[in-house]
Amino acid sequence: MDLRKKRKFINKVALTLSMLAMAFGLFWLAWILFTTLQLGVTGLSLDLFTKMTPPPGADEPGGLLNAIVGSLIMITLATGLGTPIGILAGIYLAEYGQRTWLGQITRFINDILLSAPSIVIGLFVYAVYVAQVGNFSAVAGIFALALIVIPVVVSTSENMLRLVPDNMREAAFALGAPKRVVVMQVTLKASMAGVITGILLAVARIAGETAPLLFTALSNQFWSVDLNKPMANLPVTIFKFAMSPFKDWQEIAWAGVFLITMGVLGLNIAARVLFRAKHKL
Amino acid sequence: MNAITDTTTVRSFKFGDRLFFNVARAAAVLTLLLLVAIIASLVYGSWPSIKQFGFGFLVSGEWNPPQDRFGALIPVYGTLATSVVALCIAVPVSFGIALFLTELSPPWLRRPLGTAIELLAAIPSIVYGMWGLLYFSPLFAEYVQPALAATLGKVPLIGSLFDGPPLGIGILAAGIILAIMIIPFIASVMRDVFAVTPAMLKESAYGVGGTTWEVVWNVVLPYTKVGVVGGIMLGLGRALGETMAVTFLIGNMNFFNGFSLFLPGNSIASALANEFAEAESELYTSSLIELGLILFVITFIVLSLSKLLLLRLSRQEGTKT
Amino acid sequence: MNDTSQAMMMNEVAANLEAQMAFKSLDFYYGKFHALKNINLEIYKRHVTAFIGPSGCGKSTLLRTMNRMYDLYPEQRATGELLLDGVNMLDKKVDVNALRAKVGMVFQKPTPFPMSIYENIAFGVRLHERLSKSQMDERVEWALRKAAIWEETKNILNQSGMSLSGGQQQRLCIARGIAVKPEVLLLDEPTSALDPISTMRIEELIAELKAEFTIAIVTHNMQQAARISDYTAYMYLGEMIEFGVTDQIFIKPKKKQTEDYITGRFG
Repeated sequence: MDLRKKRKFINKVALTLSMLAMAFGLFWLAWILFTTLQLGVTGLSLDLFTKMTPPPGADEPGGLLNAIVGSLIMITLATGLGTPIGILAGIYLAEYGQRTWLGQITRFINDILLSAPSIVIGLFVYAVYVAQVGNFSAVAGIFALALIVIPVVVSTSENMLRLVPDNMREAAFALGAPKRVVVMQVTLKASMAGVITGILLAVARIAGETAPLLFTALSNQFWSVDLNKPMANLPVTIFKFAMSPFKDWQEIAWAGVFLITMGVLGLNIAARVLFRAKHKL
Repeated sequence: MNAITDTTTVRSFKFGDRLFFNVARAAAVLTLLLLVAIIASLVYGSWPSIKQFGFGFLVSGEWNPPQDRFGALIPVYGTLATSVVALCIAVPVSFGIALFLTELSPPWLRRPLGTAIELLAAIPSIVYGMWGLLYFSPLFAEYVQPALAATLGKVPLIGSLFDGPPLGIGILAAGIILAIMIIPFIASVMRDVFAVTPAMLKESAYGVGGTTWEVVWNVVLPYTKVGVVGGIMLGLGRALGETMAVTFLIGNMNFFNGFSLFLPGNSIASALANEFAEAESELYTSSLIELGLILFVITFIVLSLSKLLLLRLSRQEGTKT
Repeated sequence: MNDTSQAMMMNEVAANLEAQMAFKSLDFYYGKFHALKNINLEIYKRHVTAFIGPSGCGKSTLLRTMNRMYDLYPEQRATGELLLDGVNMLDKKVDVNALRAKVGMVFQKPTPFPMSIYENIAFGVRLHERLSKSQMDERVEWALRKAAIWEETKNILNQSGMSLSGGQQQRLCIARGIAVKPEVLLLDEPTSALDPISTMRIEELIAELKAEFTIAIVTHNMQQAARISDYTAYMYLGEMIEFGVTDQIFIKPKKKQTEDYITGRFG
């Protein structure tokens, strides 16, 4: 009897701890979101979207217009550059190279790149592009972000394509379709929701990336849409302003954090909802 | 009848198919080459430093830009120490979360709670950093550090780890933030591998009267241990390379003052983030790139191990990937 | 079975019939596994030929050699000859895609593509022919009418093919197959995933389609084979045990094995 009591007691303690662990995780999420919301909403104003980032010691509070536009430009171009490569490589892995040595090595390496430190990606682009060209530029930032997009898209595209039943492929082949038509018009179409989910997650990932931009796109205090010059962007601006001693700079940084966090969480939730809606059938 | 075949114009698709195959394969090869190019460029960039300092770079604790003397020991120590702290916290918590999600939670709560934990991974690193520096660290310095010093600090052997002024920033603070950031990765791998434990195995254990805890600890965990370790390795890989959050919280101190976790330090990633754009001399830049190379090699090994372990579990499972 | 007896058997049933397809000493391998052994068989033009036998006997494999579906899997290969209108289809030089335009296939489970009903039909046609919009409209209607699904779909041609019921999806797949205007239609247990009413409609459809197409059907349902086929082939462990007119096979089989299988099931 004593033993049974002891076992029950241990079980209760363990399960309570498990619940506490869950609460521990949720606690941080709630705290961070609460802080971001609270400070972000107070910092939110029209100026944020109409004015440039302020120079040091400016009298009037500035905005984040150049940083927002810069981020949008770089995210769009990086996604546009990385996505097709990622989808094609995903197609290779799922439709051609499942069992070839190239396919297996690529899958392995891709999974590592997926979690590789993003700052090293920045360092790489610095070494092969910035150092050769001689100046920081938006192009370099776009390269760095695209290199982060690729593994995310590769791995989701591959996984989604592999969910397509072989039956459907055979049905298309049975009509006399060549492989590229089967892949592009049937299997890729069937897994579109999943592939788009992957792209959304990739966008969410690079939207918040700071480290790979620090020595590629750098930042720019002024309005610039020249891709060959440093370009302002939200994450690096937030980094600089958050570390600064000026109160109004910190406020702007919080507003930026609010924008990024909401954007990234929104993308994540949209990706999940889209995926679930399509795959419930 | 033969009119049917006559209208069928037969075109050869071979060329287009081969082209498409080659384009897709080129994209895959590009991904592979990326890895090779990263390593090659880092080795090339760090060559001056490798030539100058040789093996000594790894064991020297000196980081002295004005005199162009560099060693990796401090940032390597900081990187490893923060990651170890993060694992010490994240592993048990993640295990608890995975246990909760697979065994305890009512089914309707599973998805929302799982998603909430996964969203922790979606929050950008810089948000962790800024929130950590401005909101977490003052409270940490005021309440948690003194409490730790008064309790764990009195324990022999490990006491010296919790010694010193409560600054709010430092290795311990950075490690805690890192722990929060890697919990979602470890927890979701653990949850997934727990879920593949055959129901029959669990039911037989429950059948002989095991409690939930006994079933998880004695049946599920041994069955999935390879995958669990893989998940931990994945979290470690993430922690080692994490940049922005650590940069805000580690204190960026390039001197070694002792082993206390309360002290500020530096990590490889934060040294790069802070110093790289401003590094003037060639040797300085090159030494920083060598730090990046070291970081990449370590994470590469850790992540490879993680992947291999997870592959082993899925092979044992008989399922793909 | 020795070759002479098989040849005699064929001569008997082949009177006044034109062969659309002919297997000559066909062997098939999954890696090292010898799945089809020395198959000799003719499939007659505009008739229904049914393949029966216990699962694993090779009847689906045989069907999949007829459009070289096995080409997709590198470890599978066939030797011998498979003639379609006198041309050996196993020849390396044969354009597989052109072959598949002549030999349509419908699968066990309905496999509508993730596109509209109209596009599902037009997809295959576009691969092999260039048609104007109005010609394509005509072709789609023709195929849907042939597959007896026009009335149900004519007002929803732009809806996804996945939105139809299982039986409708299968008829859509048949329509998709015949829209290409093949000569042969291969049906791989086309009703095994359907309810009895949908099954009946498909069986009626097959009876109508044989006026224009040569049909080969694999089925595990012997009553179905008896109802819809003109010729029946009984296979066991990769060998062709008996082939003949359906009535003869079901009423007076020549081989003991065939009789055992058929009576075993009926009894």
